Formats: sequence, structure tokens, C-alpha cells
Amino acid sequence: MKPAAFTYHRAHDVTDAVGLLSDLAAAGEDPKLIAGGQSLMPMMNFRLARPSALVDLGPLRRLPSMTALDADAGTLTVGALVTHHAVETATLPDGFAVLARAMRWVGHLPIRSRGTVAGSLVHGDATAEWCLLALLLDAVVVTEGPSGRREIPADELFHGFYATAVEPDEVVVEVRFTRPAPHAALSEFARRHGDFAIVDAAVALDVSGDRVAGGRVVLGGVAPAPVRVPEAEAVLAAGGAPGPELFAAVADAAAAAIDPPDDPQVTSAYRRRLTRTLVADACAQAAGGPR
Amino acid sequence: MTTTDLPGIPPEVDPDQPEPDEPREHGGRPAGEPRFDGRRGRWVGASIPRHEDPRLLTGCGRFIDDIALSGMLHAGFVRATVAHAAITELDLAATREVHGVVAAYDAADLALGDIVAVLDRPAEEFTPTAMPILARGKVRFVGEPLALVVARDPYAVEDGIEAARVSYDALDAVVSEETALAPGAPAVHDEAPDNVLLDVSMFDTPGVDEAFADAALTVDVTTRSGRQNALPLETRGVVASWDARDDQLLVQTCSQVPHQVRTMLARSLGIAERTVRVTVPDMGGGFGQKCVVGREEIAVAAAAQRLDRPVKWIEDRREALTAGFLAREQRYRTRAAFDADGRITALDVDVVCDMGAYSCYPFTAGIEPLMASAEMPSVYRVPAYRVRGRAITSNKAPTAPYRGVSRPQYVMAIERVMERAARELGLDPVEVRRRNVITEFPYTGVNGVTYDPGTYLESLDLAEATIRDEGWYEAREAGDRHLGIGFCCFSERTGYGSEAFAKRKMTVVPGFDLSEIRMDTTGSVVVTSGTMNHGQSHETTFAQIVADRLGLDVARVKLRQGDTERIAYGWGTFASRSVTIGGSAVALASERLGELLCRIAAHLLETRPDNVALDGDGGVVQLDDPARRLPFEDIADVAHLRSHLLPKDVEPALTATASFDVPGDGTFSNASHAVVVEVDPGTGEIRILRYVCVEDCGVVINPKVVDGQCRGGIAQGIAGALFEEVTYDGHGEPSAASFIDYLVPTATEIPDVSIQHLETPCAFTANGAKGAGEGGTIGAPAAVLNAVNDALRHTGVELDTTPIHPSTVLAALEGEL
Amino acid sequence: MRDPHLLALTVNDSEYEVVVEPRRTLADVLRHDLLLTGTHVGCEHGVCGACTVLLDEAPVRACLVFAVQAEGSSVRTVESLADHGELSDLQQAFSDHHGLQCGFCTPGFLMLAEGVLAEQPDASREEIREGLSANLCRCTGYQTIVDAVHATACARRESAS
Repeated sequence: MKPAAFTYHRAHDVTDAVGLLSDLAAAGEDPKLIAGGQSLMPMMNFRLARPSALVDLGPLRRLPSMTALDADAGTLTVGALVTHHAVETATLPDGFAVLARAMRWVGHLPIRSRGTVAGSLVHGDATAEWCLLALLLDAVVVTEGPSGRREIPADELFHGFYATAVEPDEVVVEVRFTRPAPHAALSEFARRHGDFAIVDAAVALDVSGDRVAGGRVVLGGVAPAPVRVPEAEAVLAAGGAPGPELFAAVADAAAAAIDPPDDPQVTSAYRRRLTRTLVADACAQAAGGPR
Repeated sequence: MTTTDLPGIPPEVDPDQPEPDEPREHGGRPAGEPRFDGRRGRWVGASIPRHEDPRLLTGCGRFIDDIALSGMLHAGFVRATVAHAAITELDLAATREVHGVVAAYDAADLALGDIVAVLDRPAEEFTPTAMPILARGKVRFVGEPLALVVARDPYAVEDGIEAARVSYDALDAVVSEETALAPGAPAVHDEAPDNVLLDVSMFDTPGVDEAFADAALTVDVTTRSGRQNALPLETRGVVASWDARDDQLLVQTCSQVPHQVRTMLARSLGIAERTVRVTVPDMGGGFGQKCVVGREEIAVAAAAQRLDRPVKWIEDRREALTAGFLAREQRYRTRAAFDADGRITALDVDVVCDMGAYSCYPFTAGIEPLMASAEMPSVYRVPAYRVRGRAITSNKAPTAPYRGVSRPQYVMAIERVMERAARELGLDPVEVRRRNVITEFPYTGVNGVTYDPGTYLESLDLAEATIRDEGWYEAREAGDRHLGIGFCCFSERTGYGSEAFAKRKMTVVPGFDLSEIRMDTTGSVVVTSGTMNHGQSHETTFAQIVADRLGLDVARVKLRQGDTERIAYGWGTFASRSVTIGGSAVALASERLGELLCRIAAHLLETRPDNVALDGDGGVVQLDDPARRLPFEDIADVAHLRSHLLPKDVEPALTATASFDVPGDGTFSNASHAVVVEVDPGTGEIRILRYVCVEDCGVVINPKVVDGQCRGGIAQGIAGALFEEVTYDGHGEPSAASFIDYLVPTATEIPDVSIQHLETPCAFTANGAKGAGEGGTIGAPAAVLNAVNDALRHTGVELDTTPIHPSTVLAALEGEL
Repeated sequence: MRDPHLLALTVNDSEYEVVVEPRRTLADVLRHDLLLTGTHVGCEHGVCGACTVLLDEAPVRACLVFAVQAEGSSVRTVESLADHGELSDLQQAFSDHHGLQCGFCTPGFLMLAEGVLAEQPDASREEIREGLSANLCRCTGYQTIVDAVHATACARRESAS
């Protein structure tokens, strides 16, 4: 389990990284960016990924914007090299506190210490907590490429199984979360603590007075990419008093709407059943129930 | 120090202890064998700090991959990517061209002798099959080694492996009992056209059919356990080098059985056994996976000999999960007849063990079904017994005897039978066990085995009382949560001597162990053992035994293991044998050294030999004048440096040797486990809320060490019950090649375990100890499975397969099963 | 060697320079180039945690870091814990509580525990258990490892107050 050989290139700023990617590609190489490397390296050690060149963003950590977490006027801007652990330990405004709370589900401390928010989004695992949170809080992924800067909204980001809209020649520079949700939660089920979820659910409730007046329901592990569930969101939009009755209706709607994959280890029926449990649980937590 | 503490002087009887001095006659035990005399000293029984700890805690341990030799090369294997196929092409030309690759060998290049493990049984009972060191002609499982690549570093090795060209002509794969035994099934081995390697009906005692005819209740339970990996955290590995000066191949390897590796290596390479030296450094666990000889060890040794360079192979995790020895996949159909009072009247069992592609050396593919057949009646009085045990071969990674060896499975089968009978008869499951459990010892069972004294009923009562006193039954009845309580009562033969193994008709018969002890001129002691520590704390516990026998400080005792040059032969560490057999040999060697010290001391003190004794403080004392005393240093000084002062009939130097073998049927440790689980109605998740273990392994040498063995064993048992499994698809592709798919439980899945000790000293090991290595693993699957079934009792569903998946639990709760 | 890099690294307060292939993991460089074999390798895909070291004070899997990525960083391994043969409080607690058997996972657990305790000095026993669930042990059943780390946390809190 040793990676195949590659050449190694340190980028010193974003322009440098973009230039390296272009130059290497032009020279016939198959370059890939590495930041924390916590998703890429296991695949390289198994030789399931074998880029011929790596461009290391590590030196960009000295640029303040790359590791900054800035909350401003309803937007949270996360620099591209911010780690899961930095989010976990940050003091965030109420509208984004769900991000910090959700980090306990992301692997374990040694993974969170090194893995990055942007890296997780670009990797595009259908159960990755960040992918769900991006859809939940209307993230915008800002990239820099040969043709300049580009903003990719979360609902255009995920193209299926480990595929995203970020092009191989682009570098993510920041991720902006634009929809604060003070009543939000993420819940998931895995066989072992810290594992990739079998199914995970993220819920944001729009609360008006003592009533729920709308919200978001996002699921991972039920499709090749994380998905919003309009049928469940419709139940929230129809409104009601927060409580088990409403949340069960949301959960049932979510479970009914999906067509989860069936594989020998985990059946479609079981994923559907988990969906119901996890959506109801995430709703209850979002409404301020037991965390 | 009081006189009762002196080694060599019988102590007063401790009223709190059983009376081990009382002879407990044991069926088949030859007279005159060493027996435990009840002596307890200063060290045995104390949780002293482990001698192993300082080096392991500071990073100064030396594990196999820590060894680097000058000029060392690295090796890896081209492995089969299909489960069953004829090899139509194996081309290593491109491999040999890869930068850094030094050599590449296929089976023809190395021309090594096959590994063949044999039983002394007729052809209708056992079919020997050969395991080539590198595959020849065909491959039999995904991961089978085809060729060996040697390169300058492990990265280049993998580049070379990638460059190998292999083509196959695929054959249908045998991937289950059903596909193996189906008429016209493809044969994994030509020698065994029916895919059956062993088929033995070990017992069919009178009265089985009559008992079923007369039964008030018949239960019929089919239990299955998944294929597991013993999973030592350190994978296998070897460093081999040819030493021209010693005219010897030095093979440093990660093995529980260094002498058996030496024997097989010499045979496979066709060289004198003298020309092979096997040593074992610190080992990161084994649990049985390393108690068989690996073909990789032999191939690497051959390459080192050929290249005249040191060669290292370290198994990577993907290899360990797919191509290492696996374990456990078994199916039991157990029919049991009961009378109206819930007493078992007959047992009729059919066992099928899927041994995978090859028979392992030295144990053979027969080990699992033979173990199950011999021991299946477990702790119960079974009047009539019929059993058929089969080992089948399949296109899956081969198996090795993993911690417990069939006992987790047959215990699960019979404990499910007890629970099923209780349910049918409307009785409490613990009560059904009480009515059947052996209470009078020695007890000779329907299987012809004589069980030495144990605490079967006492441990069960104590486990139940603990759970009851803590209020778990009330909590379960409160009904607002899905709680279940499960039990398991079992024993485990730990002292398998050569007589017991010979009954299995092995041609390579483990059993005895040897020890040599030496005292140097400073009064320090080095003792050897043919056992092989890999986490069990032998350096500590054996030192405790020696220190008590000689009456010296435990810090002055050093254990040496894992070097075939230092001890004539040994059987290593497996089957919970080390402290019973190896520990007895060490005790006897110590005693002989003590006698020698006393003889010399008497001579030097100019008194009668019966007027001196070890003083328990590093010297010999004159009994009628305690002021006259010789410290060991003074005696050792004479024995080595002034040998002209020795008695005429005493040889110079201070050494003694001893051997020990367990007579007759051996000894049985026992335990009862009680588990409380909660199942989550939303996810089917199973959470263990309470785990109680009451165990009896005879004299406890070091309580913390025994607790550690219990807890670690239970963790592995829980892993098998709830998490770990390698499945194979219809083409023989394994499901788990990484820790993402093979679910080793972590600290959040394994509960705290409370342990209570009962102590029934073994009457015929030299130290009163029974083994403690496997018990936890044996009891946990049954206890957990029973608890889950109890939590599901209102559903009418009974689960009999491990691992138990949350999805199955959820389906049961929702009435979908 | 494809694309050799001269790498400068501080390990346990000593400075090292070593020429490496970029594909060489930090774990391999520590073990086989710097001969610091206390750090063990158990899976090479970031799950077992046997290779856990502190990289700029944070616990990381040394099998999931290319050595070249650690250029200029400071690494701490198990070899740094004892002081001239005297066990650290954490190491002593592991011995006192029988928190190790074969010892293969132990260096990884020690470095993980140092990382967890630095992060959460006030951690409860259950929080410690959750933190330690990052690594695998096959021998102990974890209970005594949790005990050892919890005892260390309590003793450190005691001596800090």
C-alpha cells in the first residue's frame, strides 16, 4: 500500500497554484491539488488515485485569507484551507453554529486536524457532512482558474458519484455560506463512531413565532450525491407547531420521496428506514430538542 | 517474612481458598505426575507492573518492521485477482525491468516443497491437500501469492508487482457450503473432488434416537457465524538473511510457533533443520493467525538464500484482510431432546466449517470440526450424543485457528439451544442451564472427556445475581425501552497436552514444553520457554512463577523466548497453553535449580541437605540455625568461579531443565457471562449497557493480566457478534479489503466489563493455573446474541446468525421477519 | 528515485535533513529514514491510528501525510515522551492501568491521548472515550486505555489547580 510515483510542486499563492496546474497539464501530466490530503491519500496509498503530479496548497496556510473564518452580514466565509477542527472550535454566530456542532461527526480529531472544508466539498462524497451542510446553508464555492474567478452555488456543485463542478484546473479559494439557520441540526448513523455515515440528514427549520414556517431537508447516503428533498421541505413549508407530529410527517415525506441504492451490505429499505429516523431526529434537534 | 511464605515450606491452609492440597483424582491421570501443591508465594497473585511495559511505552520495542539489516532488500507478492482459475500466463519480464526491482520469482523459479498438513485418519475421513508456496497451474482464492518481487524499497516492490502480467482462464468459484457440496460442484482441489477435506462422525452413543422419540421437547437450531479476521494490529512479516559464517539461514519472523516454522522451512527448502534459525522479536498480537506457518515466510527465506542478501516482507493491511488467514465461518445444525423438566436427554449435531482454499500447517483443516465434535456437550450433562463434523474447502482465503477455535461457535449453538428450550418450556433460561450444568467433578462426559473441577454453577449464579441485584430485570420489565438480558455458561479446555491432541489423530502432535533456567554469578536468573509471548505478559507472569519458586526478587528474573537456538523445541503460544504448560515447565525447572542451590549450600554450610531451605529472600538458610545463610550470589560464585569447592557429585554452573506435558484430558477453565443490551427502534443499533464476566482460570498469577485477557477476549467476541465479517460474492471476491469495510470496533463500541474471579486451582499443573487467553472470546458471541434475542422477545423472532446487523434487528422490530 | 526532494524537518526538537521521494509518507520517513521506529504502521489508510504523531502540536496520521508536506514543520513522536528513561505521567498511567498488552498500538494511543488532552484538558471519561475512538487496539478492549488517560487527565487537573 504505497502510492505510485508522482512529482511534487509547492504552490506559494493561488495564482501560482493555478499556473502550476495549467503548466503541468500542458506538459501531459495529470496534476491534482493536495491540501489536507485526508481523502486523497488513502486513495493514493491503495493506488486507486494515481496523479502523476501533486500541487501542494500547504504553503498557502500562511496567507490569512486561506485560513480565515469571517462572519459578516448573514454570510460566513470559510477560507479554502480552514480545517474541520478550526470550525469545530470556532465561536460562530447563531446562524452558523450548526457547522461547529456537526463537526463531531467528521471522522476523528486526527482527521479533523488536517482535513479541510474545501477539500471535503471538492471530494464530493455523498455522505460527507460538509456536502450536506453546503446544500443546507446555500454555500457558494469560489474558485480561481485560468479564466478567472467563478462562483459555484451548492445546488450546482454536485454532479454525482464523487463528481463536482470544480474543474481540474481550478483552485477553491473560499466557501461562503449564505443562508444562516439558527434552528438547524445534522444527524447521522454509522456502524462505528467516526465512520462514513450510512445515511445522514441535515435539517434547517424556518421558525416564525412558535410555528415552523418552512425549512430545508438534505440527505446523504440515499443517492450518488447529497440531495435536498423538496417533498419533505413542502411539509415544512405548509407549516405547523414544532413537535413529533410535524417532524414525523416530514420524515415520512422524506422517506417516501427517495429511491436509495440497494447493495449487499445495506439494503434500500434499511436506508429508507434510517432516513425516517434521522430526519425526525434532526428536526427535533433543530427545534431545540436534546442535542 | 513468616515461615509460611517460604517457598519449599508448605503454608498454612487459607480458609478462603479451596483446598488444592486435597488430591482430586482425575480420570486417566498417571500417578506420579507433578501436581499443584497449593503453595503460594510473594509474587504469584500480585498485579505487579509488567516487565514488558517500559520498552513498549517508550517506543523501544522491536517489532518485525523495526528490523533493518545492512543491504536489506524488500519483498512483496503478485497475488491472484480472481478466486478460481487456471493460470494461462504469468509474465514477470516487465516486473524485472522496473526501476529498483532486483529479482522476481515464480513457483518454478523457487522450486520449493509444498506445505502439506496431515492427519492420521483413513481416506474416507480425511483428504490431505497441498499448499504450494507460490501458486502453480491454478489459483484458489483472491489474494493467493503467484510470484515474489524483490526490490530496493517497498515502493519499488509495488511498482514491480503492478508490472506483472497474469492471465487466467476462470473457473466457477466455490463460495459457500451450498456451492461446495452441490452435486457437480467445481473442485477446489483435484484430491478432494467433493470439496470435503474432513468428514468424521466422532460420536454416535447409544440411545440418541430413543431419546428423541421419548422427548417432551425437541429443539432444532441452525446457527451460523461469519468469516472473521483474527486481526492482530501488527500484520505478518519476516526478515530473512543468510549467514555464511554460521552456515545458517536466520529467519526473524512474526510467529506464535517459531519451532514449527523452522521445521516446515527446512522441509520446504530441503535443508537440514540445523541450518535454519528462527527468532521472533516483539509481536503485535497474533490471536492464532500467526500460529500456522505462512507460505510467505518460506518464499522470502528462499529469496534471501538465493540472493545472499537480507530480504524483508511486511504484509500490508489489504493483504492481511484478503490474503491472510481468516477464521470462524461455521454452520451448526443442533437438535436437542429435552424431558419435561427441561433436562437435556440427547444431542444430535451436524457441523460444517468452511476452511477456505487450503489446510493449514501444523493443525490441518480438521482442527475446527474436530474441536467442535469433541467438545460440543460443553458444560452440560448430555446422556446421548451424535455428531458429524465436516471441513469443506472453498475459493476463499484459508483459515487458521483463531482465539477460541470453534468454541465460540459450538458454545453459541448449545447456548441458543438452552434459550430455545427455556422459551418453549416457559422456564427461565438460567434455570434451564442450572438443571443441566455439570456440578460434580471429576465428571466424565458422553464424549469420553473427563472434566476437572470448576465452578460452572457458581459462576452462573454469581453472574445472574449481579445482574439481578443491579435491577436490570426490573428495568427490562418496565417496558419503555427494548432491553434484553443474555447469558452464556461455558468451559474451555486450556491444557491440551500431547495425549489430548493425539486423540485428534494429528501427525504433528503439540503438547509438551521445555524450559531451561540459569543463574549467573550475580544471582540473576535467565529462564527460557518454548512458548511465545505476543501480548500475554509472559515476561512478567513467568518471572512471578520463577521468583516464587526460587524465593528471589522478580526483578532478577529475565525470560527469553523466540529463538530456536536457545531451546531444543517448543510448541509456542496458542490454545491458552502458555501458563499451564510453559508456566509449569518453568516452575519445575526453577524448583530443580532451587534443589541444586540447596545441595550446594548444604555442602558449603557443612550440614545435612534436609537441614537447609530456600529462604524466600534470595538465599538458602540453615533450618536449625537461621543465622547461617548463604545468599545466591555466594553459591553462584562457587558454582562458576570456584568449582573445586562443589560437592563431588554436582556439576559446575547453575542450570536446570524441565519439561511438562499435561496428562490425560487436560484441564478446563470456565466462565459465565451476562450481558444487557438495548436495541434502538429507530436504527436497529445494538448497544451493550452492561457486561459481567465471572471467570475461573485456577490460580491467578497476575490479576491485572488475567483481567486484560478477559476484556480483550470479550472485545473480540463482541466484534464477532456485532461487527466483523468478510463476505464473498458469487465470484469469490471478498467484501473487505480495508478498515472502511472490515468493522473493527473502537472504544465507543466496546463497553466496560466487570470481572469477578473464582479460583479452582488445577490439581495437575505445577502452578495451579488454568489458561485464560481465550475465554472472553468464547463466551461473548453467545451472550450477546442471547441478549439481543431477549430484547426482541416480544417480536417472536429469534436470530441465530452472527454478526447481527442493525438492519436485521430493525426488520424484526417492525415485523418484517 | 523520481523527483528527489531535500526535506528539512524538526522531530522531537532535533533537526533533520533527508532526501526523499515525494511519495514517501511521513510514517516511513520517521521509521526508516530517521530510525524512529516507535511510531508504528498498522493500516496505511488512516483508520487504525497506530502511526499517530503530533504535527505542529496537532495529532495526525503519519500515513496520511507525505513527508514533503511536513517541510519546516515540527513533529513529536513517542520517543519524546520519556525523560532520560523516566516514564511520563501518561506512560506511567498506561503501565499502572495495564493499558497495553502487545504494545503495537500503544505509541499511537499515547500521542493521540496527548493531542486529546491538550485539546480538552477538562475532558470527562466519556469524552476521553470518544476521543480515543480514533484509534484501534486489538488486545485490551479499550477500558484500561480509557482508565489510564482519564487518570492522567485527573492528575494533571489536580496539579494545575
